[in-house]
Amino acid sequence: MKLAILAYKNLNRKKIRTILTIFGVAIAVSVMVILSGFSIGYKKALNNDIDKMGYQVLITAKGCPYEAATLMLKGGGGLVYMSQDIYGKVAYDPRVDKIAPQLMYTVYDDQLQNGKGGFIIYVGVDNSYIDLKPWYKFQVGNWFSDDNADEVIMGYESAELEQRTVGDKIFIPKFNKVLTVVGVFERTGTQDDGLIFIPLKSAQRIFNLSGKLSSIGVKLKDIKNLPDFEKDLYDEASIQVVSMSQVKNTVISLVSTTRTLISSIALVAIFIAVIGVVDTILMSVFERTQEIGVMKAIGATKFDVFRLVWMETIIICLIGGIAGIIIALLGGNMVEYFIRKVLPYAPNGKLMVFNLQLLMLSLFGAIALGLISGVYPAFRASVMKPIKAMRGGE
Amino acid sequence: MENYVVETENLVKTYKLPGEEVKALRGINFSIKEGDFVSIMGPSGSGKTTLMNLLGCLDSPTSGELSILGKNVIDLKEKDISDLRRKNIGFIFQDFYLIPSISALENVEMAMYFARKGVNRKYAISILERVGLGHRLKHLPNKLSGGELQRVAIARALAISPKLLLADEPTGNLDTKNAQDIFNLLKQVNEEHGITILMVTHNTKLGNQCKRVVYMVDGKIQDGDNLS
Repeated sequence: MKLAILAYKNLNRKKIRTILTIFGVAIAVSVMVILSGFSIGYKKALNNDIDKMGYQVLITAKGCPYEAATLMLKGGGGLVYMSQDIYGKVAYDPRVDKIAPQLMYTVYDDQLQNGKGGFIIYVGVDNSYIDLKPWYKFQVGNWFSDDNADEVIMGYESAELEQRTVGDKIFIPKFNKVLTVVGVFERTGTQDDGLIFIPLKSAQRIFNLSGKLSSIGVKLKDIKNLPDFEKDLYDEASIQVVSMSQVKNTVISLVSTTRTLISSIALVAIFIAVIGVVDTILMSVFERTQEIGVMKAIGATKFDVFRLVWMETIIICLIGGIAGIIIALLGGNMVEYFIRKVLPYAPNGKLMVFNLQLLMLSLFGAIALGLISGVYPAFRASVMKPIKAMRGGE
Repeated sequence: MENYVVETENLVKTYKLPGEEVKALRGINFSIKEGDFVSIMGPSGSGKTTLMNLLGCLDSPTSGELSILGKNVIDLKEKDISDLRRKNIGFIFQDFYLIPSISALENVEMAMYFARKGVNRKYAISILERVGLGHRLKHLPNKLSGGELQRVAIARALAISPKLLLADEPTGNLDTKNAQDIFNLLKQVNEEHGITILMVTHNTKLGNQCKRVVYMVDGKIQDGDNLS
């Protein structure tokens, strides 16, 4: 305890130098915490997004798998369509538990956003859609009155954005069609919140896409059958099967570049922090050469001196670690805001997840940083010969 | 039978420098009885501090015999020498050499800690009170005068209850009055506690007040004061 107090008081001697070194460690630790928090949070949010889709496989018309992934998660334009016959083939497969055909169509409306214009995404669905997502609840209203009605159900955000509720009319300019709002879903926390749902048959009729689908969501009875199921559909020339695990990997590979970049920065930050700590402690050891000599003359052992200097390093890294964690916790939201802007796809929910395990691990990491950086300066101090050191000439 | 705290026989210390060899001690035959208060005087470069360092087990002789508290230092391992020093020898330096980041009291306690004699705050306070610093316990070294710093250094040396106290020009950085006060304190320590003191000094007035005076010139004891 005596040594720890002495180590702490020694660091207090050159306050600014100590604070700057602690700051260097704090930055390195906060970058590490944020990076790891992002890694955990992103995967969790992505899994959550994918779980909320309710299906494990998506059948789409042949095209770019990246586009398919985007389509599934985000919705989007420039869609290619496949024949509804595929639905007939797959629907009666004994391995299939639930199946939901969808027809997605994007319409440009120049009246949106106070005249700035914008895209509205319509999705044609039938009753099976709600079977796949039984947790969907209506904020107001009900399901379509008929599978070919001129009605829409709005996602929570799209209703809020356009200030629509049950009974309101929606006009589709390009097709000169007026539809009635019969329901608004509660917030789901997925991209569905921004969509407008139409009965599948109505969508095919209104958008002149009779007999066409953009995708079919499939939930298998047993996920173990997935490889066989995919293999069987592989021969179908016009379609592709995208499984959720593929989508997950695709999206993760899209963000991995960003993560690699941040990891490199984190490694550089850690390296600089280690150099900074070694430099500071070594400088302080050399400045105290005579003092260390006297300490040894009055009885301090090699181990006493080693421990003293080591403790100084550990104190710096411990305080730096705690400060770094606090910075990460406080700054995480801000970093999340910027990351959302640069990421190709950011799932809903929190992208930064700081759990206790991560924080404890980071703290131990910081202490380990101290243990490693302190070895050389502590060794140099411990091997000083008292007589030479007292002359200041070690 | 008298006990000797220090005994040397033909003690030689040579420093090897590039291109030359400096003989700092040229055969010292010398001893100090338990409870003695010896001053070593002599010109600069005469070997006083070198002798002091050897007697304090901070340095090893090139040749000759050296016995401290009856133990032949030449035969001891480094660890045993450190133990001998840690538990029995107190040091006082011209430049005080206190640890600047901790208070007077903590400096004394640190010495107890390093000597593995157990940190005893009450005893540390009592020593500081004895050297007249009962009112300066919590002061950092930079808040103390030269005389006070040396008093803390003496308290630090006494904290381990040494059998031998080595003082290397303890009054060298003090004014006349403070120098006499510090000397009186050392004398009191010697008389009241029977601690053997060896003091290197340039101050003849103080040196001559010791029980025994030794002169050194050119690495040798000048006055022929051999085994006493």
